[in-house]
Amino acid sequence: MTAETISAPRSSRSRRPLFRRRSAIPGFGLTLGVTLTILSLIVLIPLSAIALKASTLSPAQFAAAAFSERALAAYRLSFGTALVAAVINGVFGVLTTWALVRYEFPGKAIVNALVDLPFALPTAVAGIALATLYSPNGWVGQYLTPLGIKAAYNPVGVTIALIFIGLPFVVRTLEPVMRDLSADVEEAAASLGASRIATIARVILPALGPAWLTGFALAFARGVGEYGSVIFIAGNMPYKSEIAPLLIIIQLEQFEYANAAAIAVVMLAVSFLMLLVINAVQAWSRRFV
Amino acid sequence: MASQTARARHPTEDPLWAKLVVLGLVLLFLGLVLVLPLVAVFAEALRKGVQPALDAINHPDAIAAIKLSLITAAITVPFNALFGLCAAWAIAKHHFPGKPLLITLIDLPFSVSPVVAGLMYVMVFGLQGWFGERLIDHDIKIIFAVPGIVLATIFVTFPFIARELIPLMQEQGVSEEEAAVSMGASGLYTFWRVTAPNVRWGLLYGVLLCNARAMGEFGAVSVVSGHIRGLTNTMPLHVEILYNEYDFVAAFAVAALLCLLAIVTLVLKGILEIAQPDVKRGGGH
Repeated sequence: MTAETISAPRSSRSRRPLFRRRSAIPGFGLTLGVTLTILSLIVLIPLSAIALKASTLSPAQFAAAAFSERALAAYRLSFGTALVAAVINGVFGVLTTWALVRYEFPGKAIVNALVDLPFALPTAVAGIALATLYSPNGWVGQYLTPLGIKAAYNPVGVTIALIFIGLPFVVRTLEPVMRDLSADVEEAAASLGASRIATIARVILPALGPAWLTGFALAFARGVGEYGSVIFIAGNMPYKSEIAPLLIIIQLEQFEYANAAAIAVVMLAVSFLMLLVINAVQAWSRRFV
Repeated sequence: MASQTARARHPTEDPLWAKLVVLGLVLLFLGLVLVLPLVAVFAEALRKGVQPALDAINHPDAIAAIKLSLITAAITVPFNALFGLCAAWAIAKHHFPGKPLLITLIDLPFSVSPVVAGLMYVMVFGLQGWFGERLIDHDIKIIFAVPGIVLATIFVTFPFIARELIPLMQEQGVSEEEAAVSMGASGLYTFWRVTAPNVRWGLLYGVLLCNARAMGEFGAVSVVSGHIRGLTNTMPLHVEILYNEYDFVAAFAVAALLCLLAIVTLVLKGILEIAQPDVKRGGGH
């Protein structure tokens, strides 16, 4: 990149304004061009390759691959455990954020940094650590086995891994909103005689609603697609503890490329749906700001 | 609030018992979910003492995996930084239609399963893929080779830096750049002397997160790597192989190395957030 390549489009385009409010800052053509080119090469064209591969199947073949008994069981497991994990994170995420925003306690900086651990720790590391902890003779597992709870190699284990993965999404989405909650409504509610619990339930929690939903959806979406932290603890038994991403890999290893693409299309469709929901929730919440 | 000293507690403050209950629950939950796995990694790695753990890290296959992870991050991070800067410059400093759609598309890799991300490069460059035969004719290997690993890593870390820079540059507005340009500064000079100093901490923040994920990516890399020891094994894949061979001490020793990387990342991130509170605005995942 030289100075000429950036400043050149300015002189040529400033005579023919393309848009109503043109910025005086140069480099628009170059940077947008680079952005769109890289985006197409890395994201859009490869993604369309999956759709094209899946489209080589007839509708009946597609349904047989994407909605086989085994695939349906895998979706049920992936979506079900992601949902349970997101709900648990939804509850503890609010409490964690509340403690981080409202309370002062020793070691707060460490707790705050720790919340981001799932973002920074490789998923495979989390996976083998959780599998070891929750296996029948692991640190935690040995206390669960006498209670009749089989955590590892079971859907319970999948849920535990997804709780680990999803927590920071809820906390980091809630945090800025909770920090910006103005104290006056809360003070008003209190001065009008509302109890502390009533103030929290009827004033604070509703204000957190959109951010909570966004964090919940982000954690859920991440959980549905998660692979690394789950496969070590899941047990990977077909129909029982086999997650959808693993089924894609199994199809791939059997050189059933189109079948793998069919399952991937279903997962992508759900991802896009989640993305739409998240955008809709955010657009909806902006109306109240 | 000094006038309200008659009340022991401000009305928007929780009673002490509630604080203790909430804090107790939170610390118990975080301890169980986050701290325990971290402790378990180091405990398992050192189960037979320090020497076996060091031997596992010194093994040629482990060193090859560490090198490959470093190479992958060394290509991925600058590439995504360049992309992030270009995207943020175009989006934050200019007006054009379709901006929300572009931002959504940049975010897309966050919501795609890593396994699906790996699969799509197999569909493009694999044996049965679009360019599969032509690549064989020219003896170019992308899938089951280093280029595929780098591509898959670029995809999963794609939004990290852009997501950090776009809101930051939007917030800073265009007046400083417009002033520089109106006084005759070139675009590159304006970027280097006006914009870059304003966004360098945000950029560093994005680089930190991007690097951590690039070194640790598992699902996407696992699909395209082929797990060839000493050649296409990154650190997380090496951990998987050792674990599946029941070589737990070695698996957890390499995992402990990755844990240290995560802890360093979190410490640097924490320092950055305290020193430069602005950087936290981006909300990268």
